[in-house]
This record gives sequence, structure tokens and C-alpha cells, in this order.
Amino acid sequence: MKAPRFAYARPATLEGALALLAAHGEEARVLAGGQSLVAMLNLRVAAPRVLVDINRVPGLGEVALGESCVRIGALARHAELERSELVARHLPLLARAVRHIAHPAIRNRGTFGGSCALADPAAELPACALALGAKLVLRGARGERRVAAGEFFRGLYETALEAGELLVAAEFPLPGPASASAFGELARRHGDYALVGLAAYAQRDGPALRDVRLAFFGVADRPVLAARAAAVLEGRRVDEATLARAVAALDLEPRGDLHASAATRRRLAGVLLERVVKELAQ
Amino acid sequence: MAVRVSMTVNGKAVSAEVEPRTLLVTFIREHLGLTGTHVGCDTAQCGACTIHMNGKAIKACSMVAMQAQDANVVTIEGVAKPDGTLHPMQAAFKEHHGLQCGFCTPGMVMNAIDFAKSHPNPSEQEVREALEGNLCRCTGYHNIVKAITAGAKAMAG
Repeated sequence: MKAPRFAYARPATLEGALALLAAHGEEARVLAGGQSLVAMLNLRVAAPRVLVDINRVPGLGEVALGESCVRIGALARHAELERSELVARHLPLLARAVRHIAHPAIRNRGTFGGSCALADPAAELPACALALGAKLVLRGARGERRVAAGEFFRGLYETALEAGELLVAAEFPLPGPASASAFGELARRHGDYALVGLAAYAQRDGPALRDVRLAFFGVADRPVLAARAAAVLEGRRVDEATLARAVAALDLEPRGDLHASAATRRRLAGVLLERVVKELAQ
Repeated sequence: MAVRVSMTVNGKAVSAEVEPRTLLVTFIREHLGLTGTHVGCDTAQCGACTIHMNGKAIKACSMVAMQAQDANVVTIEGVAKPDGTLHPMQAAFKEHHGLQCGFCTPGMVMNAIDFAKSHPNPSEQEVREALEGNLCRCTGYHNIVKAITAGAKAMAG
């Protein structure tokens, strides 16, 4: 046995899950797809007293089209997002991004909500939520609240989730007809966590881009918007000179680690910006 | 402390008392004695523990056994016919010498069978992408790719 001892609970209702989370507070961990958590247990970097398995809670896995948003349930598996026609039509950025998450067998289990709630700074889906201005829907004993992605991701594996709260869904505003998105990431091997990644969104206005949102991941303790670079691109035609100015305006401060130095990451962020924004403008 | 877990494995109903922290792969190997499913890394990287749960390839080291309650599990022991006739994917691995030491093979075959269901006539590139989550430390990928390409066609009939 590699994992430390824990108790296991499998609530059949959302109320049951919330009651368990309220009762156990910080000592409980939510088990969704488990594709990070079970490895963390095996490595003993996580040691919760209680695992609350939400996989049998009905209704958490739905991907649904609303009047003004696409709602993605916390238990929607990466493989489902990859195959979903609704996601491909309305949120092509997500369809692109999930293919970079690990491997097929992991995508069969891993969930949207698990990725967001874990908040790995090099993960794809939190950056997509940030680029597309999604709101995360949190449920607790005291009711439901919505938190914008920009405020949800607070730091390294840190989110706005409070003890006793469960991430139940995310709501992505429906992009208009002029919306464009593009995605890129650089990793040592495809499927690894990214050295640097970029999820980008903009409105096309003739040859120019507006409402540009560049959500970088793998370069800070959370996904971050490159606001200064986006401001350079705002309202302008995308040409080489503008791109060069946008790259120069990148104010990211990545840290170096075993995989790449800070300087390498800064350089790669610029490379990605050029590639992804060119695609955005096409 | 022990909890009861029940599921169907290779068509047979099984049940046991386990500690909650028992991984699905540990349950399969140590409680059921089905040691064809291998453990390489326990951190979802190597793919040696790949099995099918409710028809989809998953890594059995990344689930606790309790998560497979009531599920339909198939391991490498369950893919050949009862009379010993190999599954077309197993036969293709044999034919194309898609194994060297054999440690990664059960996971490779289980992943390949799931992949082939949606890719009856895969390109080499598609096969290589599908193998991202399965490591062969003999580095025998060349013949594994050949085997899966042939096995997928054989499965499609």
C-alpha cells in the first residue's frame, strides 16, 4: 500500500456531499477523476482523513447550452469535452486544449472540475476559463456563489474554494460570431504539463483584434493575463511590427526549474505569443 | 476500517473486504490474483496497469478499488476467448513481435483495443499519439506500432 490511510465516502446526492464536506472541513478531499489526487496519495504528498467521492452525485457531469452561456459540469471528463459537438461549436478553445492534457486513458477519467479545483499552475483548463471569462459555480452549505476565473485561481494549488465548498460547474459566456480563439503550448513531450502555454481569445474587427485576452499558464503560480501585451494588440492589425511590440511588452516573470530556466520560459512565451496571435487573426 | 467492494471482473462477479486506500490495480493483482495487469509507476505515467472499466481504457493505479464499485472491469486475462484463442490485438502483437521483455505489453494491448474501437484503420501518426501514455523501456515502439495498426484492421474485420 502506497497511500496513507483514509476513510472513503461515496455520497449519492449533492446535499450528502456538501454535508460530508461541511462535517470534515479541511480534513476532507474531494475525489473526482482522481488523475492527480490518487497519484498525490500514492506519493504521499496528500494525506486527507476522508475522501469524498463525488462520482455518483447525479447531474454534475452535464455539458449544457443555456441562453447566454455554456455550462460545464464539474464531473465532465476531458474525453467528453474532446468529443462534444456542443463544445466544438461554442468553445473550440476548450476542444483544442483538452487534447494537450496527458493521455487518452487519463482523459477518460480526469474531470474539468478536478483540473480547476486542483489549480496546477501549468494546467490547460484553468487558463481557458480565464481567457474566456468563465465563472466558477461553487456550492456550500450556505448556498451557491459564482466566482470569476480571474478571482478563483489564487496561487499555487490555491483557489477561492473554502472548506466545505464544492466546485459544481463553470459557466462560459457564449462567444459571439466575431469571436476567435487559439491555443498553443510547449512541453518536453506532448501530454506533459506545459513549460509555457497560451490560451487566447479576441473579437475580430475586420483585420484588427479587439477584447484581446491572453491567458498564459506555466509561467506563474496561477494562470495570468498578459494585459500589457494585449493592450498593444488591441484595435490593431496583426503584423510583424505589432507582434514584436506585443512580445516586448510581455511582463511575465516565470521561475526556472529542472525543466527550463526562467530565461527560456520568457523566450518561449514570446514565441508562443507570435504563433497563437497570428492564428487568432487568421 | 475495511469496506466491502463488489464488481464484475472478466465476466465474473467478485467481492472482497478491502482497506479504502486499496488501489484498483492492487485489488486486481493481490485480491483476485490476476497478475497480468502490471504496476510500473503508480503515478499514471507508464500505462502498464491499463485495464478497461465500463468499456474504456483507464489506468488502474489511479483509482481506488472503491471507485469501481458495480463497474464492469476487463483485464488482459479477459480478452482472449475461453478456448484460448487470442484476441485479434493479442494475435497481432504476436505476429509482429510487438514485445520484448513483455512488461508493458498488457497495458499496451488494453489501450490498443480501446483505441482501435474508434480507429479501425489508423495512421501511424494516430497510433503513435495513442501510445503517449504507455511507456516501453525496451523502446520497442516500432513493432508495437506495426502490431496495433494490423490489430486494429483485424478487429474491424
